[in-house]
Amino acid sequence: MPGFPDIPGLPQLPLFPQQASTVAGQVDFIFAAEIALGLFFTTIVVILIIYFGIRYRRGARVDRSNPPDTNLKVELSWMLGLLVLGMGSFLGAASVYFNINTPPADALDIYVVGQQWMWKAQHPEGRREINELHVPVNVPVRLTMISQDVIHSFFIPAFRLKYDVIPGRYTNLWFEATRPGEYHLFCAEYCGTNHSRMIGKVVVMEQSDYQAWLSSGTAAEVPLSDAGEQLFSQLGCSGCHTGEPNATAPDLAGIFGQPRPLESGENVIADESYIRESILFPSEKIVAGYAPIMPTYEGRITEEQLLELVAYIQSLGAGAEGQQ
Amino acid sequence: MASITFDRFRENYLNAGYTARSWLLTLDHKRIAVLYMISITFFFFVGGFAAVLFRLELLTPQADLVSLDNYNRLFTVHGIIMIFFFLVPAIPSVLGNFLIPLMIGARDLAYPRLNLASWYLFMIGGFITFGAVVFGGVDTGWTFYTPYSSGYTNTAVVATIVGVFIAGISTILTGLNFIVTIHKLRAPGMTWSRLPLFVWSHYATSLIFILATPVLGVSLLLVVAERLLGIGIFDPSRGGDPVLFQHLFWFYSHPAVYIMVLPAMGVISELIAAFSRRRVFGYTFVALASLAIAFIGFLVWGHHMFVAGQSAFNAAIFSGLSFLVAIPSAVKVFNWTATLYKGSISLDTPMLYALGFIGLFVIGGLTGLFVASLALDVHVHDTYFVVAHFHYIMVGASVMAYLGGIHYWWPKISGRTYPEWWGRISAALIFAGFNLTFFPQFILGYQGMPRRYATYPEEFQVLNVMSTAGASIVSLGYLLPLIYLIWSLRTGERVGPNPWRVSGLEWTTSSPPPTENFSTIPVVTAEAYTDFPEDDEDE
Amino acid sequence: MSETTTTGGAVEVHYQTPEEKLELNRLGMWVFLASEVMFFGGLFTIYLVYRWLYPQVFATASRELDLVLGTINTAILLTSSFTMALAVHAIQAGSRRALTLFLLLTMLLGLAFIGIKGTEYLHVINEGLFPNREQLLTLSADERPGQIFFSLYFAMTGLHLLHMLLGLLVIAFLIVQANLFKRYSAADYSAIENMGLYWHFVDIVWIFIFPLLYLIDRAS
Repeated sequence: MPGFPDIPGLPQLPLFPQQASTVAGQVDFIFAAEIALGLFFTTIVVILIIYFGIRYRRGARVDRSNPPDTNLKVELSWMLGLLVLGMGSFLGAASVYFNINTPPADALDIYVVGQQWMWKAQHPEGRREINELHVPVNVPVRLTMISQDVIHSFFIPAFRLKYDVIPGRYTNLWFEATRPGEYHLFCAEYCGTNHSRMIGKVVVMEQSDYQAWLSSGTAAEVPLSDAGEQLFSQLGCSGCHTGEPNATAPDLAGIFGQPRPLESGENVIADESYIRESILFPSEKIVAGYAPIMPTYEGRITEEQLLELVAYIQSLGAGAEGQQ
Repeated sequence: MASITFDRFRENYLNAGYTARSWLLTLDHKRIAVLYMISITFFFFVGGFAAVLFRLELLTPQADLVSLDNYNRLFTVHGIIMIFFFLVPAIPSVLGNFLIPLMIGARDLAYPRLNLASWYLFMIGGFITFGAVVFGGVDTGWTFYTPYSSGYTNTAVVATIVGVFIAGISTILTGLNFIVTIHKLRAPGMTWSRLPLFVWSHYATSLIFILATPVLGVSLLLVVAERLLGIGIFDPSRGGDPVLFQHLFWFYSHPAVYIMVLPAMGVISELIAAFSRRRVFGYTFVALASLAIAFIGFLVWGHHMFVAGQSAFNAAIFSGLSFLVAIPSAVKVFNWTATLYKGSISLDTPMLYALGFIGLFVIGGLTGLFVASLALDVHVHDTYFVVAHFHYIMVGASVMAYLGGIHYWWPKISGRTYPEWWGRISAALIFAGFNLTFFPQFILGYQGMPRRYATYPEEFQVLNVMSTAGASIVSLGYLLPLIYLIWSLRTGERVGPNPWRVSGLEWTTSSPPPTENFSTIPVVTAEAYTDFPEDDEDE
Repeated sequence: MSETTTTGGAVEVHYQTPEEKLELNRLGMWVFLASEVMFFGGLFTIYLVYRWLYPQVFATASRELDLVLGTINTAILLTSSFTMALAVHAIQAGSRRALTLFLLLTMLLGLAFIGIKGTEYLHVINEGLFPNREQLLTLSADERPGQIFFSLYFAMTGLHLLHMLLGLLVIAFLIVQANLFKRYSAADYSAIENMGLYWHFVDIVWIFIFPLLYLIDRAS
């Protein structure tokens, strides 16, 4: 529901941003419903105050005998009423929230690194952007985000979505854009001097336009997994992770997304976070049958490079599927 | 009630000694309350001035009045000073200190020396923080999120935190004093169920003072340790977790907002009863609601962190509990409204503030439910919507309640009346100015304008201009009482013990009360709010 | 007997009997201790979170601490709680001399605790385990969570030590009051009782700190 009716002479004062994602309408609905409920209660209270204030004003000749001191039924019934309405609102909003937090399995992955004071987006096919994010319309997109320094937050008002971008840990945000256009991108967690300048735009394109845009990158913008493959040998990873049977380090082919048995007996899923942690804090989770001899890359590798390695290992196949 | 001859030269707590020493070394809770009143007024205008500056900056989309860094320092100063040095102490340390012994029939608080120590600690903390923010500047926001505060900013974080920490100790001691006083020093016949609701709310507030503040203390100390020693506790490159700070911070800071609103609710109960001339409807529910708010308030801190990195399941628990905590607040609102039924209502200045409080608190509280709604908060978190929500409560409710209370008890505190028409004009000005300042911010927030932004896209300008216009009106509104209340100390009409002709032990003493409060400790036989003087009685 | 004093303009009449004074001050002390529980509790929570995140590293780091000294300190502190309880008992029975004796013993034990703690600190610092920004960066990433262990070790035992020092100062003050100003008697001992409460609290905090820090994984 963007915009006020166009009355000549009055400035256009849109109340809501455009609805540009699948959840925007749902969020706006919850908002409108809660406004309605809120208005309902506010009106009752205000009307009662005004009514009582006038009727029972000092000096008015009106029956004031036996003012009720308490009324258990009335108290309990409005408490119960509030509880029901409250839980209803809670459940409605919670269900949309769970949806917001559950990316579909087939979502397009895009990586975002936030730093003081810019957004860097990395498409797996190779294109990189600064303070812009190009995405296709009607396709679920999952952002995997991390900060290089302090906490930021990736906020797209038109999608009604944001999530904090934290140093040290990947966070996710998924959406499906529903209309092509350009939308504000804001940093929504105070991060220092240029916090209010850490803004950009999300560009939603028709799917064919998006494909064309993807392939029109510069020569330097190689696919993320290729960059990762180069890095893998540059940094010496391939020296130990040879894939040979008696190597000192586990074979990484096909591990992505699968459970890994650890020395401690537990299993962990080898997702992006696991890969990142294994490169920075290798002794934390040792795969069963191996020794804690991997050196750490903490301080020697950027978050973008970590994402390249993640993409490379992901490209080595998930499960029994083939390798590249 | 026997009439008391009013004698302007009668000894009272104000004229019992005029030396600086008699004030600065006083053990009289009433004088300590006045000392606090002066200090927090100073801090209020400091914090307000910072707001005026950044609201002026926000008239235009660009950062043309102050630099980006200075803008960041301004909103940080505003938050820190207003929360820790105005809102938290205002009602408890001024009105609570003054009134609790009077309301329960005691001569003083349980530990008068500790009370004075609380004030000195508050002043020392305030002095340090004021110095730090004015001469060094802090730009972390009042929330001190790590790792920005612990490892990135170059501003006077350590000094600021030291000041806040010391002020925190002051509030813990005040809470301690109140709890022991209310338990142990009630006059004979003043049972728990006869306590004024003002006392109940301060009791609940004191529980929060005692149990929540230390957690903030230890978290802030760790930020200092991180800055000075690099201990790594919030630094991810050393295995630390920056989100852990948020949990610890909000574990205090959510109950802290109840510290800021429960005393205000206590004042409103008194005002509604007084200016309806009847007992608050549902006394027991209102009293228990204060305790319920304090208790449930400890369980909801995660609603500040719905997009911070906790699991959706965790977030849902916090959201559900947040809806629960709204219920006792709503019970109070309904009960205050029901108190008007068959009351005898008079729209004096304090009542205007009280009724304004109810309206604004309802909006603030309902919008609290909006931000407690998970999916909605994903959109409005860290936008002006949240800023509007909490200002409706902290300013629209708490500050209005403070002003209403100051006006209501002014004759008791000072022995003088304030000019009633100026009181009403100011109340109306504040109400109108406040709404113009903050209502547009709800719209701004939903449109997507993030908070803590010095510059913003052009399309947000109209609403920002409206908000700044409101800020100038409300500033004028706040200056008026400062002026006429001080003026009334010279020119206001002197009053007897019960100028409002209302119920309550504090209204049985002279105005101002004598140092010892009561020549003989009263014996209480009436329930709260049932001792209104009849119309033909001579007061 | 009512206690009426006029100081600085206020009249203090709060209790009619010694029992009332005791109860008033006792409640105040318990409320204060509740806030102290939350203070240490916040720190303990942080410790527990990191220990849960890095169990192996914490276990390794814990072995750097001197178990013998820690155990001796625990015994010292427990004994000092005993002497403190004897002090309270002494003044309840009316003997200022016995009170002074037991307070002095408590102080001595407290000082011994501090002395041993100081030795431990020196040892840990000499091992290079004191958190230090420059030295920190030379540690491998794996060692860094262990460094968080030592930060928390210093924070927790340091805060405890600070509370002990303050307690010792107050005990000294009580001794002076009892002997130079002849205060406290069987009818007026609430200050001593409250000191006892505080001292026992400090002891109990140590009882939690000791196993949390020193006894991780010692069985293996």
